[in-house]
Amino acid sequence: MTKAGTTVAARQAPASDVRLPRRRGIELALIVLAVLLSVYGYCDVGLAKTGTVPPGALGYGAGLGVLALLAHIAVRVRAPYADPLPLPIGVLLNGLGLVLIYRLDLETPGDRAAPAQLVWSTLGVALFIVVVLLLRDHRVLQRYAYVSVVTALALLMVPILFPAVNGAHIWILFAGFSIQPGEFAKVLLAVFFAAYLAANRNALAYAGRRIWFVQLPTGRVLGPVLAIWLISVGVLVLERDLGTSLLFFGLFVVLLYVATGRTGWIAVGLLLAVLGAVAVGWLEPHVHSRVQDWQHPFATIEAGLGPNQLAQSLFAFAAGGVLGAGLGLGHSILIGFAAKSDFILATAGEELGLAGLSAIFILYGLLVERGYRAGLALRDPFGRLLALGLASIVALQVFVIAGGVTGLIPLTGMAMPFLAQGGSSVVTNWTIVALLIRVSDSARSQYDGRVAP
Amino acid sequence: MTKYMRHAAAFCALLMVALLVNAARVQVVQAPSYDGNAANRRSAIARYGQPRGDILVDGIPVTGSKDTGEQLRHERTYRNGPLYAPVTGFASQVYGTTFLEHAEDGILSGTDPMLSPFPLWNDVTRARNRPGDVVTTLNRAAQEAAYRGLGARKGAVAAVEPSTGRILALVSTPSYDPAELSGNGDRVTSAWARLNDDPEQPMLNRAVRQTYPPGSTFKVVTAAAALDAGTVSDLDAPTDSPDPYRLPGTRTRLTNESDDCEDTSVRTAFEWSCNTVFAKLGVDVGLEAMASTAQAFGFNDTGLRIPFSVAPSTFDTQVDKAQLALSSIGQYNTRATPLQMAMVAAAVANGGQVRTPYLVERTVRKGGETVATTGSRPIRQAMNPATAVRMRELMTDVVREGTGANAAIPGATVGGKTGTAQHGIGNSGVPYAWFVSWAQRDDQLEPRVAVAVVVEDAAADRGDISGGGDAAPIAKAVMRAVLDS
Repeated sequence: MTKAGTTVAARQAPASDVRLPRRRGIELALIVLAVLLSVYGYCDVGLAKTGTVPPGALGYGAGLGVLALLAHIAVRVRAPYADPLPLPIGVLLNGLGLVLIYRLDLETPGDRAAPAQLVWSTLGVALFIVVVLLLRDHRVLQRYAYVSVVTALALLMVPILFPAVNGAHIWILFAGFSIQPGEFAKVLLAVFFAAYLAANRNALAYAGRRIWFVQLPTGRVLGPVLAIWLISVGVLVLERDLGTSLLFFGLFVVLLYVATGRTGWIAVGLLLAVLGAVAVGWLEPHVHSRVQDWQHPFATIEAGLGPNQLAQSLFAFAAGGVLGAGLGLGHSILIGFAAKSDFILATAGEELGLAGLSAIFILYGLLVERGYRAGLALRDPFGRLLALGLASIVALQVFVIAGGVTGLIPLTGMAMPFLAQGGSSVVTNWTIVALLIRVSDSARSQYDGRVAP
Repeated sequence: MTKYMRHAAAFCALLMVALLVNAARVQVVQAPSYDGNAANRRSAIARYGQPRGDILVDGIPVTGSKDTGEQLRHERTYRNGPLYAPVTGFASQVYGTTFLEHAEDGILSGTDPMLSPFPLWNDVTRARNRPGDVVTTLNRAAQEAAYRGLGARKGAVAAVEPSTGRILALVSTPSYDPAELSGNGDRVTSAWARLNDDPEQPMLNRAVRQTYPPGSTFKVVTAAAALDAGTVSDLDAPTDSPDPYRLPGTRTRLTNESDDCEDTSVRTAFEWSCNTVFAKLGVDVGLEAMASTAQAFGFNDTGLRIPFSVAPSTFDTQVDKAQLALSSIGQYNTRATPLQMAMVAAAVANGGQVRTPYLVERTVRKGGETVATTGSRPIRQAMNPATAVRMRELMTDVVREGTGANAAIPGATVGGKTGTAQHGIGNSGVPYAWFVSWAQRDDQLEPRVAVAVVVEDAAADRGDISGGGDAAPIAKAVMRAVLDS
């Protein structure tokens, strides 16, 4: 039996021995698994907290399932060769995030975050579908490099006009919704950096004077990108969004290094990072206290003021142990107001244990690895740098926030991709996954029936 | 470019490894110290997450639990709180636990490893045991009789079963309702302040944590020591005792409340509580024999637990003869808890043997399966059995025709001894009224109950205070309650 689609494809592709499997079936199976796992978690929370399956379980499962299925169909139609892993990983992490937020909502009946998160997730998946359907070739984005950077800078600066929330100027409050424009700026800046560095990488690597042992590129080439980077980081420091400024910094250094292949950039980057960190840590009281908390997480306890958020977070992770308390059976709500956002990982750590936490880290690791793999398989420098940039955003973001809440590095407020409460973040991360799907489709389809690698 | 992308990928892998290693550090290596941090609320939340086990009197719980729906979910409730407060103590979310709530906290809160079905089972499952119950030895009727008997007066009652040491009643008045301290709100804080500032000390457990000069009730010990030491062989032979008696080496003259004490027999002196006779008798017996008998009864024992600790009753062993004379009639440094004096009466009733008192019969799982029983407790021989027989005679005489007539119960043999203890500077304080006694129903083989009652009635007219008048009726009510049950 031959399906229409297959015949068409066979006709389009001339006779060749090399045929990459599309693996859409695997993607579908993994999506079903991801949805089932999320629904299982949802029921588990209800059973643990109230002894009954939550009444919304069916609706929740159906909603998540329909969203995932629509996304899958979009991929099937427009990106048939795409990597089968990123979409199920996104569905699973988003589903798990909703479960965790729903679970924490039960502790704060007056403040429910899960419904809004579900709306944002729907928007995110919708944007995913739009990107997958409309963006036929990632190289189109290269043309919009300057539009991207102007938009990114604008988005970054807008929150300065709005009042600070919890000490940081990173939100826009609008009609009851709070939007964090810096989140969207991430993707736009990654596009700009990738496009600019891809276009100028030879000039950056080989032109210019040599000072000491660093081969400096000409100011004409380095100037614009350095300026934009400095502005972004400067704005973020003003807004006290240190996590994101750290992220941009890391993203820039990684992309510059990969584009030019100069180890010197890493050295310069690290030097600047250390200098910047020391300066900011010294001068800025907000950061200074974060560093102090990191060095002495229990200082407030010894001072008789009770545990601070970081101490509560560490207590939550410790309470989870290896196997976790079980969904719904932990007490991570003790962390307080950021339990559903910055500290969502503590709930995962307490209720799913080291086992569950490792699984989550590995899911992120896989997502990053698939991004890198797509980048490595691509031919065009822009696509390579874009894939690498998007993957690095996820990797750095996970490291900065997870390292912060587990006491590995000083805490900087950031959203755990897909897990944490936050609309802008969910939408952005779905966009990242959509772009990864797009580049992986390009990477894998370029060999299909045409050129053997 | 590929090479540098691989470097970047390796860098990301390194970040992930760092996260995993750090997570293992926090969740496995550091976890025990984080879990044990006093600021970590989790152990408190777990502790109050399930209803606390109950304390049972005659098979009926005198405690309960209330689900508050708060973070520290279950609060302690008490039925007849003031009645049982000296036994249960309180279990407060703020101020901790006392008495049985404290001593049996492992069973009541479910942390006792004995509650788990198999050894190490809970370490594997991380589940908490269901709390167990504590079955007390108390006799509900005796407890109520004692509480009712003391009424609005300040005092204490301790009753034990002579043949076993089971504590049948333990009452202290004025009392308080431990339920006021259960929770963690402002009401608890203000109740705590009020109870602690109250000059009447309602939270003081007078039955086991307060010592009083035992006064004439201590003559039971002195008489037993004299009989055991052979200082007295014939209870009816006249003694060589002056009235008043000049304390050896001093000019202080000791007098009596009653007449006809001069040279009277030990039996009569005991019946009418002649201080002069017993002060001299103590001196005649000598410090060593007096001290060893007192200690055999339980004086100077700092380790008694029932299972919560009992204040040690004291008999001073570093005294001169004048002080020994006073010590022998329950004055000077001689001090006793009501429980100690109940043990003295019980020893007489039980052939001279002192059974270590205990309050917990056994601990059980929910559903009744026994976790642990109070094992065999040490027994001391306080006096020769023959001496005990004669002491029984002396004590029954007191009730039949002496100062303890108010304690007589028809159909039962009752032995008793009154006491009126002087205290304060120059004996200026309102004296304490004492009565110690035991009772045996005529149709039964052994005494069922021994009681000690102390009434420190500050409100009463000084002349009215006497062991026979104030304390004996309370003892009688308690003994009746036990004999009838």
